[in-house]
Amino acid sequence: MSNEFYSLIVNGKEHEVRDAWAGESLMYVLRERLGLPGTKGACEQGECGSCTVLMDGEAVCSCLVMAATAVDAQIVTVEGLSSDPTHATPTDVQQAFIDAGGVQCGFCTPGLVVAVHHLLDRNPQPTELQIKEAISGNICRCTGYGRIFAAIELARDQRNAPPEQPAH
Amino acid sequence: MSQTTTTTSKRGERGTLGNSAVRPDGLAKVQGRFAFSSDAWADNMLWGATLRSPHPHARIISIDVSAALAINGVATVITAADVPGQLTYGLIANDQPVFAKDVVRFAGEPIAAVAADHPETARRALDAIVVVYEVLPALLDAEQAIDGSFAPIHPDGNVIRRQKVVRGDQNFVGEVVVEGTYEVGMQDQAFLGLEAALALPDDDGAGVELYVATQWLHEDQKQIAACLGLPLERVRLTLGGVGGAFGGREDISLQVHCCLLALATRRPIKMQYGREESFFGHIHRHPASMVMRHHADRDGTLRRVEVRAVFDGGAYASTSSAVLINAVTHMQGPYRCDIATVDGYAVRSNNPPCGAMRGFGVVQACFGHESQMDKLAAACGLSPVDIRLRNAMRTGDRLITGQIVDSVAPVERCIRETAAIPMPPPLAQDADSLDIPGGSGLTAQRSNIRRGVGWGVSIKNLMYSEGFDDYATARCHLADGVATLQFATAEVGQGFVVLAQQIARSVLGVDTVLLEPISTAIGSAGSTSASRQTWMSGGAVDGACRLVRERLFEHVAAAHQLDPLRLAIDGTDIIDTRGSLRIAVAESAPGLVLDETFEHHHRATEELDENGQGNCHVAFAFVAHRAVVDVDPDLGLVKVVQIATAQDVGRVLNPLAALGQVEGGIAQGLGLAVMEEIVLKDGVMRNPSFTDYLLPTSLDAPIVVATMIEEPEPQAPLGAKGIGEPPCISVTPAIVAAIRDATGKALTRVPVRAQDIVFGD
Ligand code: FES
Ligand code: FES
Repeated sequence: MSNEFYSLIVNGKEHEVRDAWAGESLMYVLRERLGLPGTKGACEQGECGSCTVLMDGEAVCSCLVMAATAVDAQIVTVEGLSSDPTHATPTDVQQAFIDAGGVQCGFCTPGLVVAVHHLLDRNPQPTELQIKEAISGNICRCTGYGRIFAAIELARDQRNAPPEQPAH
Repeated sequence: MSQTTTTTSKRGERGTLGNSAVRPDGLAKVQGRFAFSSDAWADNMLWGATLRSPHPHARIISIDVSAALAINGVATVITAADVPGQLTYGLIANDQPVFAKDVVRFAGEPIAAVAADHPETARRALDAIVVVYEVLPALLDAEQAIDGSFAPIHPDGNVIRRQKVVRGDQNFVGEVVVEGTYEVGMQDQAFLGLEAALALPDDDGAGVELYVATQWLHEDQKQIAACLGLPLERVRLTLGGVGGAFGGREDISLQVHCCLLALATRRPIKMQYGREESFFGHIHRHPASMVMRHHADRDGTLRRVEVRAVFDGGAYASTSSAVLINAVTHMQGPYRCDIATVDGYAVRSNNPPCGAMRGFGVVQACFGHESQMDKLAAACGLSPVDIRLRNAMRTGDRLITGQIVDSVAPVERCIRETAAIPMPPPLAQDADSLDIPGGSGLTAQRSNIRRGVGWGVSIKNLMYSEGFDDYATARCHLADGVATLQFATAEVGQGFVVLAQQIARSVLGVDTVLLEPISTAIGSAGSTSASRQTWMSGGAVDGACRLVRERLFEHVAAAHQLDPLRLAIDGTDIIDTRGSLRIAVAESAPGLVLDETFEHHHRATEELDENGQGNCHVAFAFVAHRAVVDVDPDLGLVKVVQIATAQDVGRVLNPLAALGQVEGGIAQGLGLAVMEEIVLKDGVMRNPSFTDYLLPTSLDAPIVVATMIEEPEPQAPLGAKGIGEPPCISVTPAIVAAIRDATGKALTRVPVRAQDIVFGD
């Protein structure tokens, strides 16, 4: 332990991290020190994707990132995806997961939701195969992925749908 | 603290039975706000951690905790000497120590626990505990447990249970006889949300409150209280959010340790396993070996099954005896068969303990009997489909236990409707490497890829068996058109929370259904296992809501001078079926508060006699699977292309949730077929991590085409059968059969490894 502190920028807000042990992962600090338990951990080895967050726009496994090295990065967690300032309204991807039945136990969901935002923001028209590949680092034990694919396709199609014309 | 609810689904439906109503926990889950048990947190809490044995079998000579206690930040270290109540626990037999005392019986067995101010401090404290062991020879071969050549490793002996099923002419020899030996590897539930709990000691130190991810709160409560030496009511459990279960949370893992630490330190204790510890901390699917001989008439009519089955239960009994009877009573599969000679053993060994996992003994049996049915088909010159149709069980047929199958039994329909699902197109010449065996890693030679098709059909019992009354309790409260439900049913991801709301909306005509926290504040709901909660807790919620509706009708009828029997719910209104009265439920009885509790019991079952005869099961569900695979036989690479399935579900209560169960179960069955296995070397796990224990990813997921067979089950309160287990049972043999079809290899064990395909016979 030390008396040093560092700051992390998470979901647009600066957070001070005090008295932390230098070996703590970003996942641990988010969850246990910053009160952001939305990021999950199921392996702490970079194998399951449930800890996925965005760091400067890139999807990373927060269990593999030392928190103290993330000081200059813009970090976005599942709690910070919504553009609504209170983060109360679900994003299109979050709503699609609900509507398409992509959530069972929900433990994989936060990581998947972050990964899917990352995918659709880079590639708004992913093919079925690109979708499968993009989330192949996110393990889901409950759904067998079928409804998760459906959720991603739903979010993709809704983003690409032409804006609704008012009826005449 | 009740959960609020979305009252309607997106599709504009009211979220009643039969609709894809939206889960009440969905929004919180997608936003990261849902509190899993690993998210529980309390002021002033300490972190608990567990010391485990590195040896599969050893005598404990001494345990020295002094160096650990001396570490700054360590609050306490506890061992077997600090257990105030019963020193052992267990679901069926009390044979598993809270902490090993004189002897350790598996690598990973808990020896001590610490509480410290930081997980890292706790880890250092574990390192500082000095345990001196005298390593003993380990019993690792199940046959040695049976033949008596190894001295008992536990006071209860080395055979946990032996159960025969003997029926019919024991000298019968069929015109066609096929034999085989089959093996099933040890599978892990690998639920994503790791074991975690938060224990809060009562101020007087004589009670504890536990937030925990589990499958059965009341059973945990009973076992924990006994070990703590506390009365039941001083051990209160609330379900912490559960990240999947699949049987792996049926047994006690960290519950007792966490409570002991809280009581010892008088501070809140948080415990959570990492992935490696999770592999040590919960039971697994039994590895099994089965020698089978099937007898048939020349036309393929199945006449006799002979089986010797050995299930390795590992160090402690857990549910091994129940897993065994499930296996031995399902050995005929979903086929008529009059003669049986089955001999099954569940044995104790120094391997890791095994117990419940989705499919519960039937997975193993099904891999054997379906492999045998294919052999019979070949021997009789029939197709895999025709042999199954010829023998398909029907309602009224007898099991090899003598029990008459009085459940709806649409086996033939399951097979025919599966066969009717179109085959996938052939592999495209220009298919992306991600779509061919091996994917982007070691990729198959395109010219080498061979396609195969295979079948699997299964029967699965629903609910607990052998005389056990696994009832479920639910309470319904209604006031001003708002219903509140209370139950202790563990929501582990399957969606009981939404089903409960759907039932209340359908029965009571309300839109808003609130849910009380899931806890031991109400009577037991039984376990979330054995595909039983839709039937059992669904029946309890339905019963409680119906009682409330009866009271409501009495009240409304009295107010309008009508016979209550004339009233019915229509949408959100109460109507007089023979008159003109129509009044919104919400406005029908201002100020009236109704509150009813209902227990649902299934019909009684019996224990098996020594010949395995008796009406031991409650009901059955059936399913068929057809697998299409692409295989590179030279590299041993497999890609499961499509799974077609038709499942006997009774009635679909939530189409989206039902499909999710089917697809999720298929992925787990695929895992057992081609990748998932805990590998043991000398009793020690070689691969307790997600790096080395492989799980199906999105790239492994096959196309699933599913048909739900809806023939309402008269015995079931909602007409619906449990649907959780069947999807993962016969898909495994179907995939293996497809690989055999593509390669001509015998493939007698699962998971099928690359070397079995390349070098196997
Ligand atoms: S917890 Fe980070 S990848 Fe699994
Ligand atoms: S929903 Fe449970 S792990 Fe994905």
